[in-house]
Amino acid sequence: MQAWRKIFGKKLICFGGGIILILILGAVLADVFITYPPHSQALRDRLLPPGQGGHLLGTDEFGRDLWSRIVYGSRVSIKVSFISVGIALSFGTLLGLISGYFGARLDMFLGRVVDIMMAFPPLLLALLIVASLGASLTNAMVAIGITLIPRFYRVVRASTLLVRERAFVLAAKALGRSNIGIMLRHILPNVLSPILVAVSLAMGNAILTEAELSFLGLGVQPPTPSWGSIVASGKEYLDSAPWISGIGGLVIMIVVLGFNLLGDGLRDLLDPKLKT
Amino acid sequence: MQESLLKVRNLRTTFQIGEKKLCAVDGINLNIKYAGTNAIVGESGCGKSVTLLSILRLIQTPPGRIDAKQILFEGRNLLRLSEKEMREIRGNEIAMIFQEPMSSLNPVFKVGDQIIEAITLHQDVNRREAMDRAIEMLRLVRIPDPEKRLQDYPHQMSGGMRQRVMIAMALSCHPKLLLADEPTTALDVSIQAQILELIRQLKHDLGMAILLVTHDLAVVAELAQRTVVMYSGKIMEEADVFSIFSSPLHPYTEGLLKSMPRLDEEVKQLHVIEGFVPDAISFPEGCRFHPRCTYATDECKEIEPILRQIAPGHLVACHIAEKRVRDAD
Repeated sequence: MQAWRKIFGKKLICFGGGIILILILGAVLADVFITYPPHSQALRDRLLPPGQGGHLLGTDEFGRDLWSRIVYGSRVSIKVSFISVGIALSFGTLLGLISGYFGARLDMFLGRVVDIMMAFPPLLLALLIVASLGASLTNAMVAIGITLIPRFYRVVRASTLLVRERAFVLAAKALGRSNIGIMLRHILPNVLSPILVAVSLAMGNAILTEAELSFLGLGVQPPTPSWGSIVASGKEYLDSAPWISGIGGLVIMIVVLGFNLLGDGLRDLLDPKLKT
Repeated sequence: MQESLLKVRNLRTTFQIGEKKLCAVDGINLNIKYAGTNAIVGESGCGKSVTLLSILRLIQTPPGRIDAKQILFEGRNLLRLSEKEMREIRGNEIAMIFQEPMSSLNPVFKVGDQIIEAITLHQDVNRREAMDRAIEMLRLVRIPDPEKRLQDYPHQMSGGMRQRVMIAMALSCHPKLLLADEPTTALDVSIQAQILELIRQLKHDLGMAILLVTHDLAVVAELAQRTVVMYSGKIMEEADVFSIFSSPLHPYTEGLLKSMPRLDEEVKQLHVIEGFVPDAISFPEGCRFHPRCTYATDECKEIEPILRQIAPGHLVACHIAEKRVRDAD
C-alpha cells in the first residue's frame, strides 16, 4: 500500500501518467469520442476554424473534422509506439544481456555494431530503412524499432555489468545454474527498473519519429490519419488555417511531454532504490 | 583407512592483470575424506576463498587460470570435466555457502522460490514435491514456521535466518561435500554459535564432508578435524586440530594463536604479527613469511621451505621448525 502512495505522490508520474492515460483512453475508445467520421470529407466545410459548425477543432482542407482525426490519430501513435518500442526492447535487452554478461570479444563486437547504429541521426536511419523497405506503417514501425535498439542495449548492458558482480549470481552458479538460466532468472529481473524508465522515454521518441516520418509521407499512408500527416497537410495553409498544423503539433508535443515526465518520475522513484 | 573424497594436487590459480600475473594460490595439496571436516585458516588475501572457487571451477577464466596436477572428486578429475558436467556437480554433489547471506540471495524472489529452484535444478520433481522438500529443508535448518517463511523475501529475514536459508539451499540435494566460505563471519557472535552448531549437526545427520574456510581460529576449534594454515597462497602448516592448537610448529601459526584474544587471560596489549601480507604480484624471496617472522634466518630469506611431514600427520613448511624438531630428537 505504501508503494501506491509513493507512486501517486510523485507529481511527475501523476501528470505524465495522466496524459498517457488520456491518450490510451482516446485511442481505445476512439469511436466514443469522435464527433464526425474521421474520413468523411465535406468540401463545403473546408478549413473551418475551431468551434464553427460543430467542429470542435475545426476542419482540414478536405472538410474532415480535425478533432476526430486527431482522436483517430492517437491509435496510430499508440500502435507505433508500442510495437516499435517492443521491437527495440526485445532485441536491445537480449543483446545487452549477452554483451554485459559474457563480455570480452562478443561485447566488443556488439558494441561496435551498436556504435555504428548510433552514429546515424535517428531520423536519418529511420528514413534509410523505410526508403529501402517501402513506405508503410509496418515498415515505419520496424525502422523506428531499429533506431531505438541502441538505447536499450546500453541500459541493459550497463545494468548487467553491475548485477553480474553481485554475490547471488555467484551463488546461483555454485548451485549449478547455466549461464542462460542466470541471465534470465537472476540478472534480467534485477535490471527491470532502468528498462522501465527507458521504455517510457522511448515511447515519446517513437511517437515523434513516427510523426516525422508521416510528415515526410513515409509513414502512415493516407487516408489514415496520423498526427504527423495532419501537421503535413496543414503545411500549405499556415496562413489561412494555422490550426491544422498547429493543433497537430501541439498534440504531439503534449503526448511526448507526457511520456518524458512519466519517465523522469519513474527514474526518480526507482533509481535510489536501485542503489540499495 | 577411509577413502579420499576430494584430492587436490598442486593447485595453482593465477590471474592475468594486464602485464602482471597475480598468483593467488600457489601449489596447494588437500586431502578430504568422506564425512571429514577440514578447515583452511588464514588472513584475508591468503588465497583460501580462491581455493574453494577453484575446486568448483567458479573462477572467471579469463583473466583467471586454474592449473593443477589434478582435482579428484570421487576419482573424477574435475579439471577435465565439461562445463555441463561441472554444472551437474555444483549444488548437487559439491555445494558451497558464502560469507554474505544478504547479498547471496536474490532480492527480487521469495525465499521459497529460490530453494525450490535449487531443488529443481538437479532433481526431477514437480513443483508440489519441490515445495514439500523446501519446507523439509527449512525445518532441517531449524527455521520456525517454515510454510510461512517460504513466502518471505530475503530482506524480510534476519542475517542468521538468511544464512540458514542459504544452507538449506546448498544442502537441498544432499551433497557429499560442503564448501563453506567464511559462513559465520558476517553474523553476530551469538548467531555464529548457532550456525556452527547447526552445521555440525547437519554434518552428522547427512554424513557430509566439509571444507571450511575461515580466518577465525575459534571456528576451526569448534568444527574442524584437520586444519591447513595458508599464507600468501601457500600452505604453511597442516595437522589435526589438536596439534595445531597445542603444539603449533610454524611461527605464523604460533603468531595467529597468540593473537587470539582470550577470556581467561588478562593481557595489557594484544599480540600482533608485525608487517603486512605481501602483494600477490611480487612475493618476497625465500620463505614468504620471513619479513614478518621473529625467528627468520639467512636461510629463510633465500631458500623457500618445502612443506614436509615433521611429526606423524603434521606437516610444516619452515626451516626453523624442522631444525627445532631435529634438535629435539
